[in-house]
Amino acid sequence: MAIKRKSNQLSWQRKHLLGLRELSAEEITYILDTAEGFEEISTRSVKKAPALRGKIVVNLFFEDSTRTRNSFTLAASRLSADVIEFTEKTSSVSKGETLLDTAKNLEAMGIDIVVIRHSAAGAPKFLSRNINACVVNAGDGYCEHPTQGLLDVYTIRKLKGSLEGLRIAIVGDIAHSRVARSDMWAMTKLGAEVIFVGPPTLMPSQVEKLPVKVSYSLDEVIEKVDVINMLRIQFERLGGNPFPSVREYSHYFGLTVERMKKAKPDILVMHPGPINRGLEMESEVADGRNSVILQQVTNGLAVRMAVLFLVNQAAAQET
Amino acid sequence: MKVVLSSKQIEQILRDLTNRIFSDTCGVVSARREPDAVSEIPGESDIAVVGIRSRGEVLAERLSSKLSKKLGREVPCGTLDITLYRDDLNSPQGEGQPQVRTTEIGFDVDGKIIILVDDVLYTGRSARAAMDALIDLGRPRAIKLAVLVDRAGRELPIQADYAGYKADVAPGKLVQVSLVESDGKDEVIVE
Repeated sequence: MAIKRKSNQLSWQRKHLLGLRELSAEEITYILDTAEGFEEISTRSVKKAPALRGKIVVNLFFEDSTRTRNSFTLAASRLSADVIEFTEKTSSVSKGETLLDTAKNLEAMGIDIVVIRHSAAGAPKFLSRNINACVVNAGDGYCEHPTQGLLDVYTIRKLKGSLEGLRIAIVGDIAHSRVARSDMWAMTKLGAEVIFVGPPTLMPSQVEKLPVKVSYSLDEVIEKVDVINMLRIQFERLGGNPFPSVREYSHYFGLTVERMKKAKPDILVMHPGPINRGLEMESEVADGRNSVILQQVTNGLAVRMAVLFLVNQAAAQET
Repeated sequence: MKVVLSSKQIEQILRDLTNRIFSDTCGVVSARREPDAVSEIPGESDIAVVGIRSRGEVLAERLSSKLSKKLGREVPCGTLDITLYRDDLNSPQGEGQPQVRTTEIGFDVDGKIIILVDDVLYTGRSARAAMDALIDLGRPRAIKLAVLVDRAGRELPIQADYAGYKADVAPGKLVQVSLVESDGKDEVIVE
């Protein structure tokens, strides 16, 4: 238990955010509550607070990213931290340096927080065991993308009040999606029912062991759900032929204007980005009145500020 | 444990603070007015009240409603969370680690006289943090500090413009302010 309660005072005690699977509902709620306090910073004339002044955050990205990386950079800057951008392609990793050596060298420069994205599941955990700095997982393999999961539940909570009793569909390439996994952990812990929807070829193996329902038909699910999260088809990760053609996939699992007519009028349409317009979602839906896709991005900033703040606070308690 | 302020006394202090703030900021002659107060802030002014979470928030609401009544118009009231501006964020705080909460100031602070409200003024560190937080929101014309209890033990060059009860309490002792809205009763206790 990383939250201790003493006379109504909660405090966060994890110096790493590795995944949402290991967090309690209480811890997740604590992060979301904290994030509320950070939203206001982005609306005022001086869009900065001094909470991480003098701290150094490294964005250690071994995979491409636009949203997550920029969001972490901006989050760290808004808290007055200095940010080092590390990109695999322009670094010594291309000369054969290992992950640990790279991190140890960065640590020798006095960094405080490492934000890491890596294609290997477990890379953030490995790092957290071997360096002193705080580690924040920004996506590891098909395992977790905790800040995306947090910003998704934050967005839902903000618009629906609570996740308790909501029915949420996560649609598409579940097998290759760390977003689906982090979402699943956060959403179910907060009391929602999650349905994975997609063709059998894109379902993870042993999906029956996960705390979700599975459906192979979007048409059956669409009218029942309060929230629908459309995953991106990750062409860069797809091996073999998981579906006969892009057109056929879109026909069965795309969120079209036609399908939306069957949905609840107040359904929230989400997407972690980047969107393949016309494939998993028609443009009219992506830009439509039920879409909260851009709000997800805005909320992501507040959530990441909260995460950076909390892990740093936990590290300060150790010294 | 000693009750230093009862509910009745707290109400009296708030009424008194309201009168002093009113006379200073609205140019009404008052016996208690300090000599330089009028020249500092002349005439009918654009005034707003901002409370520091959490007890200051409650006091600010009470003060602003009293001021509104006296002025015959709404005096805006907001709440400031100073957690991100604290100077002890990087020191171990054990289980008293502060939780970040929301700052809710729904008005423009530019050009306003801000009455900053807290329950106890002690080291002055909260007031310092609050001033920094306020200035990140804009440029108030002036910031005035109003507190219910003014306790000795300042660590920064800060003093209250409007102080209710002055307490000379030894360092380490606790001054506990309870308010109906947050604690069920109005009372100030010294350990």
